[in-house]
This record gives sequence, C-alpha cells and structure tokens, in this order.
Amino acid sequence: MNFIAQLPALPIIVPLLLAPITILLPKGRPAWIFATLVSWLVFFFCANLLYQVYVSGPISYALGGWAPPLGIEYRIDLANSLLLFLVSGIGAIVFPYSYNSIMSEIDERQSPAFFAALLLCMTGLLGVTITGDAFNVFVFLEISSLSTYALVALGARRDRRALTAAFNYLVMGTIGATFFVIGLGLLYQATGTLNMADIQAKLSTLDNRMVQSGFAFIFVGMGLKLAMFPLHLWLPNAYTYAPSAVSAFLAATATKVAVYVLIRFFYSIFHAAYGVDFSSLYAVLNYVILPLAVAGMFIASLVAVFQEDVKRMLAYSSVAQIGYMLLGLSLGTETGLAATMVHMFNHALMKAALFMAVGCVVLRLGGHRIQHFSGLARRMPLTSGAFIIAGLSLVGVPLTTGFVSKWMLLQATFELGQWVVSFLIVASSLIAVVYMGRIIEVMLRQPEDEVLPEVKEVPLTMMIPMWLVVIANIYFGLQTDLTVDIARGAAEAFNLIARGAL
Amino acid sequence: MPISPDLAIALTLLVPVIGFFAIWLLGKSPNLREGATLIVGGVLLLLVLTIFTAVGNGESPHFLLINVIDGLNIEFRVEPLGALFALIASGLWIINSLYSIGYMRGTNEKNQTRFYMSFAVAISSAMGIAFAGNLFTLFIFYEVLTLSTFPLVTHKGNDAARRGGRIYIGILMGTSIGLLLPAIAWTYAITGGGDFTLGGILASHVDEVGPILPILLGLYAFGIGKAALMPIHPWLPNAMVAPTPVSAFLHAVAVVKAGVFSVLKIVVYIFGIDLLRDTGASVPFIWLAAISILLSSMIAMNKDNLKARLAYSTVSQLSYVTLGAMLATQMGIMGGAMQIAMHALGKMTLFMCAGAIYVATHKQHISEMRGLGRVMPITFGVFFLGAMSIIGLPPLGGSWPKFFLMVGAADAGQIAIIVVLMISSIFNVIYLLSIPVQAFLLEADDTTTKPKGAKGALIQWGQLKEAPFWCLVPPIMTATGSLLLFFMAGGLYDYLSPLLGGAQ
Repeated sequence: MNFIAQLPALPIIVPLLLAPITILLPKGRPAWIFATLVSWLVFFFCANLLYQVYVSGPISYALGGWAPPLGIEYRIDLANSLLLFLVSGIGAIVFPYSYNSIMSEIDERQSPAFFAALLLCMTGLLGVTITGDAFNVFVFLEISSLSTYALVALGARRDRRALTAAFNYLVMGTIGATFFVIGLGLLYQATGTLNMADIQAKLSTLDNRMVQSGFAFIFVGMGLKLAMFPLHLWLPNAYTYAPSAVSAFLAATATKVAVYVLIRFFYSIFHAAYGVDFSSLYAVLNYVILPLAVAGMFIASLVAVFQEDVKRMLAYSSVAQIGYMLLGLSLGTETGLAATMVHMFNHALMKAALFMAVGCVVLRLGGHRIQHFSGLARRMPLTSGAFIIAGLSLVGVPLTTGFVSKWMLLQATFELGQWVVSFLIVASSLIAVVYMGRIIEVMLRQPEDEVLPEVKEVPLTMMIPMWLVVIANIYFGLQTDLTVDIARGAAEAFNLIARGAL
Repeated sequence: MPISPDLAIALTLLVPVIGFFAIWLLGKSPNLREGATLIVGGVLLLLVLTIFTAVGNGESPHFLLINVIDGLNIEFRVEPLGALFALIASGLWIINSLYSIGYMRGTNEKNQTRFYMSFAVAISSAMGIAFAGNLFTLFIFYEVLTLSTFPLVTHKGNDAARRGGRIYIGILMGTSIGLLLPAIAWTYAITGGGDFTLGGILASHVDEVGPILPILLGLYAFGIGKAALMPIHPWLPNAMVAPTPVSAFLHAVAVVKAGVFSVLKIVVYIFGIDLLRDTGASVPFIWLAAISILLSSMIAMNKDNLKARLAYSTVSQLSYVTLGAMLATQMGIMGGAMQIAMHALGKMTLFMCAGAIYVATHKQHISEMRGLGRVMPITFGVFFLGAMSIIGLPPLGGSWPKFFLMVGAADAGQIAIIVVLMISSIFNVIYLLSIPVQAFLLEADDTTTKPKGAKGALIQWGQLKEAPFWCLVPPIMTATGSLLLFFMAGGLYDYLSPLLGGAQ
C-alpha cells in the first residue's frame, strides 16, 4: 500500500472524513485552522495527481479494489486533473482568506458548520471531477449542491434575502439534479452499466430514442447546474447574497465543474453514440448551444452593465463568461474544446480575485453596492489594485489570463471560418469593458463617500490570498505551459476517446 | 558604453519603468523627481541612439522576452521605421519633460508625481510599439499606451476631464478590442504567425486572404484608433482636456504617431505593398484618408479654441500617413514615413507655443490673441515656423513628405489625390498662418489691461512679456529641428530606404 498507488482516493477520502470532525471543533479559529490545513493537504494531493498524469498518462483507480465496471472507478486524465488542481487550489486559497470575512458576515457559533460545509462542498466538486462512474457524478454533485445551499443561506445574517436566494437555488438545483438522474436512469436502462467507459462502449452499437432522451435530460440538467443562459436564474441571487468567501469559491469552481461534466458526457459518452460524423450531436452544438452561448454572452453582459450592486454585476458577468465556455464547446473542434478548458481555468482565477476583492470591501465598508466603491483607490489602494488587475483580466487585456482565453477562442472560430462568431466574441467583451470600466472609474475618479467610515486595508490573511490569485492572473497570462498545453492535450485526448471506441 | 543593440532593446523598455519607481519614490521633492525624469530620458536617448546606429549599419537587433503560447511571442525586432519612431519619441520626450517642468509649475497643477509616472510608462510602451517584432507584441504595448495615458488625459479631475477621458478610452479600447484584436487573430489564423516580414506575410496566402483583403485592411485601418482616421477621430479633440504637455507630446507625437506608425508598419510588413497594389484593396482607403484630410481641415478652420484647432489639424495630418500607406507605392510609403518625423516636430512646436501662451496669459481662444504677437514675439515667431513646417513650405522639414506623397500619388495613378493635397495645404495656410499673422498685425481688442507675463518669465522687458524660460526653449529647439531636417532629408531617405524593399 504505497502512497502513490492510493493517491487518487486521497483528495476525496481525506476531506470527506475530516469535514465532520471540523464541526466538533471549537468555534472560530481552531475550526478555521483545521479546515485550512485540510484544504492545503488536498491541494497537495491534487497537485501530485496532476504531475503524475502529466508525466505518466491517465490513472485508473478502482475504489475499494472492486474492478470496474462493477465497482466505482476513479479515472484521472489531463482534463480532470487540471480541474482537480484548479478546484483544490481555489479551495486552498479561499480557506485562509475566509476567516476574517466570515467572522464578520455570519454568526460566530455557526463557524465550525460553515467550514465543514465548505469542505464538503469542495469534496463534492472534486468527486464529480475525479470519478469515472456516471452515477457517482450524481452522488458527488448532490454532496456539493446540498452544502452549497447551506452556505448560501448562511449569508442571511447580513441580508435576509440570502434565504430566498438559497431556496430558489435549492429548487432549481434539485430540478437540475433530477433531470440529470433521470437521464442517467435512461442510459442505465439502455446499456445496463454506469461506468462511463463502459456506457460508451455499449452505446457505440446503440442509438435509439431512449439514449437520445437520456442525452436530452442530462443536457438540460447540467445546463441548469452550470447556469447556461436562460437557465441561469438562480445564479445572480445566490452569488449576491452568499457570504463573500462562498461567492468567491462558488464562482470559481461550481459552474466550471458542471461545464466539465457536460464536456465529459459529450465527448466520453455520447460522441461515440452518434457515429464518427458527429452529426446529430453537431446539431445540438450548432443549433442549441451556440445560440444560447451567444445570447448569454450578450444579454447577461448587458444586464451586468445596469447593476448597482457589484456582486450582482459580477454574477451576471459569470453567466456571460459561461457563454464563452459553451461557445468553445459548441464549435465542436479540438481547438474550441481547448479554448473552453483554458477559459474554465482562467475565468476561475479572475472571478475568484474579483469576488475576494469585493469581500475585502464588504469587510471594511459593510456593503457591495457601487457607492461603497467610490474613491476606493484612495481608501484601500491594494484591494483596488487587485480588483482592477482582475477586472482587466476579465476584459481580456493582454498580459493577463483573460487575453489567453479570448485569443484561443478567436483562433478556434477563425479556424472554422466562423468569423461572424469571432466578432460576436469581441463585441461582447466590449460590453465587459463598459461594466468593468464603470466600476474602475468610480474607484479611481470619484471622491470618497462622506457617509462611509475611514478605513484601513484588510488584514494579511485576506490580502495575501487575494494577491496570490491576482498574481496567478498575470502569471498564467504569460506562462501558459500549464494551462494551454494541458488543455490542448486534454482536448486531443477527448477526441481520441471519442474516436477510439469506433 | 559597449551595450549590444539587442540588450539595448530590453533596456529601453526597462529604464522608463525604473524611472517610474524612481519618480514615485522621489515624489516628495519635485527637483529630484524631475531630475529622475531627465536622467531616465537621457539614458533612454543614448540607448535608442545605439539601436538607431546599429540599424543604420544594416543590423537588425532582436530580443525575445517570452513565449506566451507557441507562435505567440513577446518579441522585438528593429527595422528602420521603428528605429526612427523610437528616436523621435525618446528625443522629444526629453524636450517635453523640460517643457513640462515649466508648464506644470507655471500653472500649479496638482498630482504632478502621478503625471510624470504616467509619462514614464507611456514612453516605455511607445518604445515597445516601435520595436515590436510581431503583431501580438505591438498590440500589447498599444493597449498599455492607451491605459497609461488615461490618467494624463483626465489629469484635471473635473467633469470635463472625466467626460473627455471616457470618450478617449472608450474609442481607443473599443476599436482596439473590437476591430484590431480580431484582425490580428485573423491574420494569425490565416498565416500561422504575425511576424513583421519585409514584403508582407499575407502575400503567400493570397488564395485565402484574397476575398477578405479589403475587410482585413479596414479592420486594421479603423482598429488602430490612434491613427485617428475619420470617423475614429473624436477621441483626439476630446483628449485636449489634458494639460498642454500631454497634448504636445502624446497627442502630437507618441500616441498618434504610434497609431500611424502601426498602420504603416502593418501595410509594409504584414500586407506588403506589392500585394495591395496588385489587388487594389487599398484604393477605397486612399479616398477615406483624403476625405479625412479635407474634412478635418474644414472643421479646424471653425475652431476658435487654439488647442482644438491644432487637434483637428493633427487629425488631418495623420491621415497623410495613412494616405501614404494606402497609396501602396514606394514614394507613398516614404512620404508617410517622413511625415511621421516631420509632423512630430512641427506639431509639437505648435502645441508647446499654445501652452506657453496659456501659461503666460491664460488665453485659449484665437480671437483673444490678436496683438499678442507684439507682447510675445518669440513664441509667435516660433509658432510661425512650426506652422510653415506643417503646411509644407520650404525651408522647413514638413515640405518633404508632401513632395514624396505627391510623387507617390502620381505613381499610383491617383492624380486627384495631388489636387487634394494642394487644397489641404491651402486650408493649412488659412487656419494656421492666420494665427501668428493676426497676433502680429492686428491691434488687441482690449488694450486697457496689459498682460502681466508669467511668473518666473525670463524676458519681461517693457512691452515684452514672454512665457517662462522652460516653456520657451523647448519649442525653439523643435522648430530648429524642423529647420535642420529640411537639409538632412537625404540622410533620412537613405536610412528609410530598406523599407522600400531594395529598388529605386
């Protein structure tokens, strides 16, 4: 039983077992330190996994020694190891950040429960990503979703609307999960197996109404979970009223994982089912996802322009950015898929940084409406700097991660000769210039609001994590070995998986 | 100092950034702070001269900073046009810094430290644009230049400055992201790269680009908003809310020249003039440039505010460069390239004179300047020289680009363009020369209040009330430069001739 052999199980088992212990710890600092250490440990495991996969190829791990397809298989390739790295990395940064922010935003007695729920949420997301078993995806998805509902509801101490936001999210999320599990049921009915690779093998000789409706249910279910326009209605309120640290974590991870699941089901399972020409799936991509992606990019961005609440604005911007991810996917090419995965990673970095900066403002100024940002550059220069850099990254200014994403998307669309879509991409990012520029101008150019108190910068436990993410925004804008190379490798692998079965 | 030209490229980008921090740290003591600006300016000029001479000797200095995605490098490679642009920008930066000291102290502007810091970043990005070895690098520094000049445009911090700044950044960022970025991405998608190569890189993919060539050219021509080709020009007059040194250096030299330089460079090194001439793709743009030249001159004539008039004159003059590029003949390119140099010196002279007048008398409107020439004869004399250069009258440098552009138009068979150029010169005479003429020959409307002259003015003898010393010397220097360049045009021609790809 050496360490390397058991490595794939550790990122799930360790936090899953330690999360209940967190609840038992004394409130406040001990629970926080414990949870933070756990998140760092998980990050260490995931970084190791990424390295292993990068060096020696995909890993298959049979949970409990039960061989697939009967047992649950953890299957780690480039695509999901990158995402595991991302989710655990964001976790490892949000946990240290959360203490001061959370203590001011929720009831102190609830803090052990909060850290436990956040750990569980992270575990769920990691589990969804790591597993090679379709039903297991559902189980972990529910672990993460249920803890997310609780986390959002914890924002109620600051603003009671968090409760309705959480309830709405619960209803919508449950509908999504139900659709997803119905889809899985149909697939199981058709193939008699739940292991993804096995389903794919069975489907290659099978194409009937049941499989098709299974596909439709899974697509809609996941569309709800990933906030695909127009199924995004739960997202703005949930992100706005959740505690700041929760918004930062969710915005960076939850929707990305759902997009990943969609990609995984498209390429690892259904791609094979529809034959090598990919034609019916192409129809879905071209006539359903592409228009919805573009509509999301524009409508959500336009809505963001008119928000008076910065967190809500960022939430709508997330819906728009999910549009970019779906757009890359909808192109149906390897370059497009790589662009989607790069953007998943990069968008996580920018949104984490932005929401963390907003969290700093909430801590010191007690709110996240636009007037709290007036003259912020003079009140809190470091926080403002972080917000501005991350904002520029969101807009896609060169030297930041946002540019790399946009560049890859543009390349993918031009490569296909879809230059109308290319112009839609840049046109919608111009709307991002407007909504980010508006906040930045208020921060830089408006006089400080007299009503608000004089404040100093946030404590280092918040400052350091926030700036780490900001630096990552620049680092991965210049050094793309990790993101672009792995995403390209992963896209290539997806294509191979899809064709290999035939 | 034996610094290799390759290393010098890296240093030209780095030194202003060091200056940025030095200015920040020395912000408390204005003399040391301005000292830092001038030292950085001097070092930068020496570095650029190293590169400039190396390029003159036929070398092609090269520096690779980082490889972002494969094929997408931040990379620098210097050719004559870039070396010339860098020399103009770095040389004039020193002159402008001297002038800024006179102006900013003369008008007691606030936030002077931020002002000089932003300038340092702007000059660094101008160097990056000048030396860029590929489209991607050009684009990066183009955006940095936009962002770093935003605090300068909105320097005054009042509502007018905010509104002007919003239009400034809105148009420049909008066009660059909305048009230039897709154009660059498209070019990379077609050719697999974006390195500036003599003869153009699109020529070898003529089958794919053939049908979209005019579209692509249009994306570049309008996407490079800094070139202010109508109708992308409104940012330039709106940027005039900035203090005069900003208008003088950035909106007569660095920013606008970065724009037309990029247009010229992309036409020569990405499209290739042969490709454009053979396909005729650039003919519509010749006419757009011609319309831009005439129309903005007409608007300039109706402007009473001196800086606004100069701004529209700049829009008009910038289109000369675009015109030269779009003519796609060797003489057209040469005319455009020379126009970059000559117009920089001439227009900077005019702006600095306008600033000097403002510092000394707080007058901004031309109608108020009648008779002022008798009070400030040196300022208006220098203004007269600058105006002559812009119009293109010998013996001032500005006459050469007009000459080459006319030859280029004849080569391209666009005889009507020659007429356009002549009409434009007549317009220039009307709206530029009328200013010093009125100042010298007419009586002032209001003779009761004598102008007081500026605080710290060197010349305050009897009737003469000149601007402060450091507002006066820099325009004299640039005007002298214009005069000298008339006689040095031969050397400049030889220096730029590699651009034309051998022949002639």
